[in-house]
Amino acid sequence: MAAIEKIGTKRLVVGAHYGTGEYIIQRVTAIILAIYTLVLLVGILTMSGFTYAGWKNLFTFTTFDIPVGQVLASLAMLSLAWHAWIGIRDIWMDYVKPVGIRLFLLVLTILWLAGSVVYFVHTLWRN
Amino acid sequence: MSDTAQKPRPQFRNINVTDLMHYRLPMAGKVSILHRISGAALFLCLPLLIALFAMSFSSEAGFASMSKVTGHPLMKLILLGLIWGYLHHFCAGIRYLVLDLHIGVDKESAAKSASAVMGASLALTLVFGLKLFGVW
Repeated sequence: MAAIEKIGTKRLVVGAHYGTGEYIIQRVTAIILAIYTLVLLVGILTMSGFTYAGWKNLFTFTTFDIPVGQVLASLAMLSLAWHAWIGIRDIWMDYVKPVGIRLFLLVLTILWLAGSVVYFVHTLWRN
Repeated sequence: MSDTAQKPRPQFRNINVTDLMHYRLPMAGKVSILHRISGAALFLCLPLLIALFAMSFSSEAGFASMSKVTGHPLMKLILLGLIWGYLHHFCAGIRYLVLDLHIGVDKESAAKSASAVMGASLALTLVFGLKLFGVW
């Protein structure tokens, strides 16, 4: 238990917080994505044949005129982007030490994910 | 820290990239690094997957051309890789969520669940793969 006494003199304070927020968000978004994956899988398996109409309906079905299919898919995409941001950010933080290169890769990651979200959401809501 | 002094264990510090080949990872370690690799692969292929989705979603003709594009053997191989990636990331992710609840964190259980994840994701990949290649 001697190690505990050293906390305070050895511990390195590296930021405003220790990533608890990211930790929780990564897990919450993971659960959302897992549930949505199973929902889609059940939707596909209960489809009568893999047709365009059935496929499109998975993402465009409405309930009381509310575009539930599109809203769910959009929320899943946002969860995916947020989840991937935390994961990829961790990869860069683990392996890329030079600050300049790391910043460049972080910015590139944000653009990659933001672009993907815009692309997907636009496709989904176009018609 | 006190009991490690009595029984010195081999240490692997700052191993070189070339050492990775003969550095034997336990099953949990393999699941872990594959979780990271599969996540990175899915991240890199995200625009490709959205492009395929956009094609299939646009119209009846687009749906047909998506089927044609994904019918190409090379595309099928890429998709098979991504299917494995998604399934591994999914199964390993669920294992981590359970571990986060402090369930099965002892050495034996963790080794068992790691093997189960590896087996489940490969078995599911086989099922989806057979479907993809039209065998079943």
